Amino acid sequence: MSKTDWAYLSNDLVYGALFVYTIAFIIYTYETAFAVKANKEGSSSEIDRTKTAKSGRIATFVYAIATIVLLLGVVARGVSAGRVPWSNMYEFSITGALTFSLAYLIVGRKYDLRWLGLPISIAVLLILGTAITLLYRPTAPLVPALKSTWLVVHVAAAILSGGVFLLSNTIAATYLWLDSMERKGERSAFAKRLPSLEVLDQLSYRLVAFVFPLWTFAVIAGAIWAEAAWGRYWGWDPKETWAFITWILYAAYLHARVTAGWKGRKAAWLCLLAGSTYLFNYVWVNVWGTGRHTYSGL
Amino acid sequence: MSAPELQGISLLRYLWRQLTSMRTALILLLLLGLASIPGSVFPQRTQSPLKVREYFENNPSGAKLMDRFYLFDVYGSPWFSAIYLLLFISLIGCVIPRSWHYFREIFKAPTPAPSSLENMEGFQQLDGKLSDAEKWLKKNRFRIARSGKTIAAEKGYLRETGNLVFHLSLIVVLLGIAGSSVFGMRGEAIINVGERFINTPTSYDNLAPGRFFSIANLPPFTIKANNFDATYDPETNAPLDYTLTVTTQDAIDAPLIKRTVKVNEPLTFGSTRVYLQANGYSPLVTVKDKTGAVKFEGPVPFLPQDANLTSIGAIKVPDMDPQIGFVGSFLPTAARDKVRGGFSSFPELLDPRLLVSVWKGDLKMDTGVPQSVYRIDTDEMERIGLWALRIGETYQFEVGSITFNGVIPWVNLQVVRDPGKQYALFGSILAIIGLMISLFIRQRRIWVREVNGKLEIAGLALNRLPGLEDEIHRMVTEMKGAK
Repeated sequence: MSKTDWAYLSNDLVYGALFVYTIAFIIYTYETAFAVKANKEGSSSEIDRTKTAKSGRIATFVYAIATIVLLLGVVARGVSAGRVPWSNMYEFSITGALTFSLAYLIVGRKYDLRWLGLPISIAVLLILGTAITLLYRPTAPLVPALKSTWLVVHVAAAILSGGVFLLSNTIAATYLWLDSMERKGERSAFAKRLPSLEVLDQLSYRLVAFVFPLWTFAVIAGAIWAEAAWGRYWGWDPKETWAFITWILYAAYLHARVTAGWKGRKAAWLCLLAGSTYLFNYVWVNVWGTGRHTYSGL
Repeated sequence: MSAPELQGISLLRYLWRQLTSMRTALILLLLLGLASIPGSVFPQRTQSPLKVREYFENNPSGAKLMDRFYLFDVYGSPWFSAIYLLLFISLIGCVIPRSWHYFREIFKAPTPAPSSLENMEGFQQLDGKLSDAEKWLKKNRFRIARSGKTIAAEKGYLRETGNLVFHLSLIVVLLGIAGSSVFGMRGEAIINVGERFINTPTSYDNLAPGRFFSIANLPPFTIKANNFDATYDPETNAPLDYTLTVTTQDAIDAPLIKRTVKVNEPLTFGSTRVYLQANGYSPLVTVKDKTGAVKFEGPVPFLPQDANLTSIGAIKVPDMDPQIGFVGSFLPTAARDKVRGGFSSFPELLDPRLLVSVWKGDLKMDTGVPQSVYRIDTDEMERIGLWALRIGETYQFEVGSITFNGVIPWVNLQVVRDPGKQYALFGSILAIIGLMISLFIRQRRIWVREVNGKLEIAGLALNRLPGLEDEIHRMVTEMKGAK
């Protein structure tokens, strides 16, 4: 197969993944709607999952298939370019959607996250949709500054951290939403099936604590690379500055939790703020920003 | 008279305690993040001095006001430095007493059990013997203290070590960065291919030594640029590869070594590294006066303005009477449209063109005011000609002629001595290791008490990591199985 064939194959697979994710999204929607109905009919306090368990399992299975198709799409993109597929925003986005989905599926093996399926599939559809429509660029060779083993190490660590940060953000946002609902009174029928606030609080913390060393490593690997490519390991380039801000906020979050005993609402807001700086860094610095992290258009 | 003095000391002590409190440290940490934002919004002198100048031209009064608050030098500003210095003092004030406390803790027995275990985590009651519980805890390498009918056990002391290592290594990183800026240097030089760079202060276009860096310590290496190859993607015009081949000497009489330099592969001379940072073209020109005498000859580096290396530059010939200056643009692949006029459509030399406008008058090179080599102040000069030259062509003007002989590439070498970077790297690696230890190791206490012939077991997860309840369950099952 020629490079162009691989590029076409990759595009087809990414489109295919988008299609399969849409099916998963529809089943998740059905499952959610059905669960709401079941909860309304059944006893008001009990969370009834048995009736929706099957459709939930099917949705997650379809979601996993979509993720495998996306994985193949990312790999084919890499083969067509003859390198890791991490040199522009389109490639970051499809890989980011992949790590986000993988984080959801992997964490879901240990904790019951099926209730997250609907918001997660919406998020992935948005990421992939933006990537395909706005960010798409044909595969191009690397510019000299990117020709380094550190591309693999630094970008892999950054994208992986991003996927987990995003998942933790989704959970923290859910926490805040449910919390405001509970403060006003009872949870709505839809929300009754979601886990308790305490579980959400713990889960988003654990995800951050797990991935924070990896994010630290991503920043340090970037510094080592910058030393080789640009002659300085830290230069307050906008991307570096915002990576630093994200790092600081998550560090503050961990301190606040472990040492100062923050929990619940305050902690969730801080977590959400920290995760937003990651997203801001990704979108703003790449699209509107200046500095040395902007390559090849986008 | 001693009362106010004491007050002073107690005030200081109070301030110190405030500064080194966790709350202050957290606030300072968040402030540091907040303070670094403006540097990513406004252009910074250290990164893009040209954009700062543009800012001043577009909005002089606003820029002046912003400059007063160091908004163009955020990361070197007094307020930014104040925040991180306070943060590090706070950190040191936090970490050192804690290390000492922890050091003594190592030799102490585990914390005694609380009076009631019922409210602790994983509380269980079972029939069993205290000695079995002790055996299990010993086997699982808990540190144990038994007093009467109570056992206090603790495990995972390493977590606190990791925590301290992490914070101490941040101090190492900061010292490394400080060391680099004080004992290091960085400088830039543009050299034409074929020329030799000798590492002396005068060879630099700009040189920024650290406060304690002695210029006499510049290592005496030389670099001769033999060849520079740049390849570009024919479809996207993006660069594919830059390769510079050089001949280096570590000292004047040292052996000659052939080496290559690429963007990610700098040259290393001891603790000094040389980076390939930018490249462009130098048109080769000859300027003659009316009599045909050569007044200027050689390559003139032009400054690229875009990705296709449309470049601008100036050729100054003060030896002619009147003085002559050429304001030029160089196009490696000439193209033209109505909006931009002449521009380059590809970065390689496919159809090179040198556009010059000829000015006569005073070049003002004797005024002592530093001038840009790429620009001419034409305010008090008169334009006497305008022409586009291909290679080999000559343009005759009122008082002489200019010939465009050819083009050679130039490269911008960045020379950096960064003696603190090993320490910063060492500190960073240590920080990650410490961080992982402190986040992933569970420090927990387990207490066992015999009450009315039954055993009560409960514990406390000090860093709130999950797993303690499972562990207590396992302990209970294994104790039962052992019987």
